[in-house]
Amino acid sequence: MKRRAVVTGMGVVAPNGHGLDRFAEALRAGRSGIRHIPELAQLNFACQVGGIPEGFDAIRQRYFDHEKLLSLNDNIGYASVAAVDAWTDAGFAVPEAEDDRVDWETGVIAGSGIGGMDTIARTVVPMVNEGKVRRMGSRIVEQVMNSGTSARIAGLLALGNQVTSNSSACSTGNEAVIEAAARIRLGLATRMLAGGSEGASPYIWAGFDAMRVICRKFNDRPEEASRPMSASAAGFVPGAGGAFLLLEELESALTRGVRIYAEVLGGMVNCGGHRMGGTITAPNPEGVMRCVRGAVADAGISPREIDAINGHLTATYADPVEVKNWSAALGRGPKDFPWINSTKSMIGHCLGAAGAIECVAVVLQLRGGFVHPSLNCGDLHPEIAPYEGKIPHSAVACPDLKVVAKAGFGFGDVNSCLIFRKWEQ
Amino acid sequence: MSVEQITQKVIDILRGYVKDSALLEKATQETHILKDLKVNSARLVDIIIKCEDVFGTSIDDDEADRIATIGDAVLLIQQKAA
Repeated sequence: MKRRAVVTGMGVVAPNGHGLDRFAEALRAGRSGIRHIPELAQLNFACQVGGIPEGFDAIRQRYFDHEKLLSLNDNIGYASVAAVDAWTDAGFAVPEAEDDRVDWETGVIAGSGIGGMDTIARTVVPMVNEGKVRRMGSRIVEQVMNSGTSARIAGLLALGNQVTSNSSACSTGNEAVIEAAARIRLGLATRMLAGGSEGASPYIWAGFDAMRVICRKFNDRPEEASRPMSASAAGFVPGAGGAFLLLEELESALTRGVRIYAEVLGGMVNCGGHRMGGTITAPNPEGVMRCVRGAVADAGISPREIDAINGHLTATYADPVEVKNWSAALGRGPKDFPWINSTKSMIGHCLGAAGAIECVAVVLQLRGGFVHPSLNCGDLHPEIAPYEGKIPHSAVACPDLKVVAKAGFGFGDVNSCLIFRKWEQ
Repeated sequence: MSVEQITQKVIDILRGYVKDSALLEKATQETHILKDLKVNSARLVDIIIKCEDVFGTSIDDDEADRIATIGDAVLLIQQKAA
């Protein structure tokens, strides 16, 4: 019998809310988490707005003791809090450090796009340059190694299956969920924590500012700055945070008798090969369409069964191309197009965390029977205007919402697409 | 600074690195930092740096390698202060 992967727990630290209840409420209300960031102004960034989880220092102090806090930069901190939340949401207890038992059936895939750049910039580079390597202490490597997030989470929860960290730019979070679901479907794990995180740091965002791809025109109106699908979209707004989904093999979830949110029905990752219009920074449309079609085929559904799309939709020139690609890939024109929205309109682009946070948004919409608003696109891009009736400007009640597609496209011409289906007995 | 004062300061430093602070309540000069207090061996370098800061001294790597017990640390710091 085919093994199936379902979602039994979730955790999220987003710019507009920590925890499932707050995040769901923010999504429904269309509450922006984008604010003016004074440090970006002081550092002469053209973009001076961003999405950063509020009050996170106080949050992490509620979760971890002094010893662990010394090893948690923002990236690992967001990931650790979200992973613990997902674990407890699924009905598990966080084991005591003295408890020597290992959960060999559960693993973790925890990605990030850029990772521990804040530690590198604020500690490693200055201390090395000052000749003070000897005084850096023991906590640098665990915070800057790419697998720092997955390693930390494995230790917190005593996980003994595959523990790794993936990275595929803005596709990272989705990719983690797809890889984790595949591992469960292959019978190699019973449960996998899957997600992503990204720190909040000018050193992470500087390269994007230098490329002029982040928003510089709304510094005085932060909540209007993230404008996916808008004619006045002016680049993405950088964001930070983390999210995890606990994926579980269906029979295990049923045996435990726990709440099942949704099934990961199918998924696909690929790359456009930097050809046919694709480059290091732009997607090959053929690659995108193959990815969407591959996910739909893996899910074993008809494209017509998709009720809503949570797009990549970052607020760049690529948004109209993305909508066109969805339409072509699904064979559905403006008249019978699914709902489409962008969570980034509220939280900005959380890079390596984006896919994970947005997957949680998808599952919360499935569970709550609503499609969240896409903010700041009252002035739709002309090429997207034909789809106007499918773009919610306020939350839409959809009690029959059953299947949602989630995609992410990243630098490197990499693509990912997931199909989630609401769990119904 | 007396042996007792140095010992108390070393114990205060170690408090930040032990998972179970109750282990420090019965600590003596013979208490082994790794085996008895279950301190992660990777954190020894942090403890050395902290000792350097607290006692205003420098401890080179060979000296640090000789510290296994609380008493070893106290003796070293006492010798450096002399």
